[in-house]
Amino acid sequence: MQSLKLILRNALRHKLRTGLTVLGLIVAILAFGLLQTVVDAWYAGANAAAPNRLVTRNAISLVFPMPVHYRDQIRAVPGVRGVAPFNWFGGYYQDPKNFFAQFAVDPVPFLAMYPEYRIAEDELRAFLRDRKGAVIGRKLAATYGFKIGDTVPLQGTIYPGVWSFTVRAIYDGAEAKTDTSQMLFHWTYLNETMKQRVPRRADQVGVFMVQIDEPQRSAEIGQAIDQLFRNSLAETRTETEKAFQLGFVAMTEAIVVAIRVVSFVVIFIILAVMANTMAMTARERAPEYATLKALGFGPTYVARLIFGESVAIALIGAVIGIVFTFPVAHWFGAKMGMLFPVFEVSATTVGLQVACAVGVGMVAALLPGCRAARVRIVDGLRAIG
Amino acid sequence: MTLPLISVRGVSKSYRRGGQVVPVLHDITFDVQRGDFLGLMGPSGSGKSTLLNLIAGIDKPDAGELLIDGVDITRLEETALADWRAGSVGFVFQFYNLMPVLTALENVELPLVLTSLSRQERRVHATAALGLVGLADRVAHYPSELSGGQQQRVAIARAIITDPKLIVADEPTGDLDRHSAEEVLTLLDRLNVELGKTIVMVTHDRRAADRAHAIMYLDKGELSRAGDIHERSVREARA
Repeated sequence: MQSLKLILRNALRHKLRTGLTVLGLIVAILAFGLLQTVVDAWYAGANAAAPNRLVTRNAISLVFPMPVHYRDQIRAVPGVRGVAPFNWFGGYYQDPKNFFAQFAVDPVPFLAMYPEYRIAEDELRAFLRDRKGAVIGRKLAATYGFKIGDTVPLQGTIYPGVWSFTVRAIYDGAEAKTDTSQMLFHWTYLNETMKQRVPRRADQVGVFMVQIDEPQRSAEIGQAIDQLFRNSLAETRTETEKAFQLGFVAMTEAIVVAIRVVSFVVIFIILAVMANTMAMTARERAPEYATLKALGFGPTYVARLIFGESVAIALIGAVIGIVFTFPVAHWFGAKMGMLFPVFEVSATTVGLQVACAVGVGMVAALLPGCRAARVRIVDGLRAIG
Repeated sequence: MTLPLISVRGVSKSYRRGGQVVPVLHDITFDVQRGDFLGLMGPSGSGKSTLLNLIAGIDKPDAGELLIDGVDITRLEETALADWRAGSVGFVFQFYNLMPVLTALENVELPLVLTSLSRQERRVHATAALGLVGLADRVAHYPSELSGGQQQRVAIARAIITDPKLIVADEPTGDLDRHSAEEVLTLLDRLNVELGKTIVMVTHDRRAADRAHAIMYLDKGELSRAGDIHERSVREARA
């Protein structure tokens, strides 16, 4: 109890110095949390992937489509429960900067394999009835103010012309990590329109979303699907949804690595600041530590006081930094708009923030703590006055 | 004949400074009886503080034996020596060396943290010790709220809280005005006479030294009159 009292009172002894160090820690922990959340956002798609979903795409590249008749052959593979064509539309709303993800899907099998998209029964029925109907996510609706019944015109980029959709349903995510910034519409609408506008591009599918019965058989089923189309004009590559999503992350891996590095550089900088604070503190208190040793307190006790003070300061900064991380991340996520569909501070990030703070506290106290523990009493007492 | 409380036998000590060996104490031998009040005097650099540090077990000699109450403290390991200091020696420093973030009561209580006493018991003992030094009304004051003399009295209360046989005082009046110095010396005198504490005090102050029963002079690391301790009774000293 006496030790705790000493640690806490010592920590608050130089209010300006401690205050500035804590301020530095708050900024560092906040920046670290924010950067980690950006990295998490990068992986949001992969983290939201389900193990019972596979993705079949053209083996050469994603930009090459596959014929739609593959659907029936894939559906016939043992272990496959459902197959849905899935085309990236790539249009924009009014202005190129108003970009969000739009996908043409076969709604019945697609929504069956995405139970995390929660849609009201009547809205779902309305969507299924309307060939030009669309389902949009809650975040997308909030961003552009879309409501049920609104007409949303999209300027096509991959698929030429202006495409008009009517919002028939708004889906919510079952979990915080569910992406609700997308728009889904009928693949048949896309295909039939393309038959009229550019017939040679009709009956083409970007990827097939495949639902399987047993996730543990994903590799075997994927191989069976790819085997079907070996030596065809459009050979396929089937992988789990997670692997598919991670493929996208890998394309921008350098950025992710850079963000990670910067987040740890921030921690390293505050470590240097904290170490300097603790070194100054320990040097100033050398006579006090020597007195404690003279009174019979061991070197470990003295080291513990320094470590305790350092960790206490670090934790004060961490707690405030973590508390601020949530509103700042919310604001940042909103500012980023559709760039990061899911921008949530995860429990892992909070855990990392705490671990970094404790680590900073411990490492910063290492040298002054060991030095104070080792210094001879007479030398410490001599430092007085 | 009773065993002396302090028995210094052939103690030598030198320091290394810039690659050079600087001898500080050379072959010092003397005894201090239980209940004595010894004053150590000598010019600056004569080695008196070093000798006090050796007796208090916060420094180790290069050669010789230091028997305190029959224990050769030169042979004790660091941890054992710390335990021995906690129970056997009370320290009074020139600049008081109180913890600025602790109140007078908490400062006095501090050495008892190393004992098995409960918090309540520690508080009772510390309050009594502060009463003994006349600071019962200053228990909640921080060192910065006390005068130099009061701080030194708190330090004395801290020195006696574990009821050690030996009290070492390094220039206890060196930072005090004359009035405060008198108060502190009177207090040390009382501890010696009423509680039977053996006191070894380093001082430059002749008036302070006059409170001692015996004065030992050091010069250039040697007893200026080897083994010749100037004895005087408490009564004579006060006369």
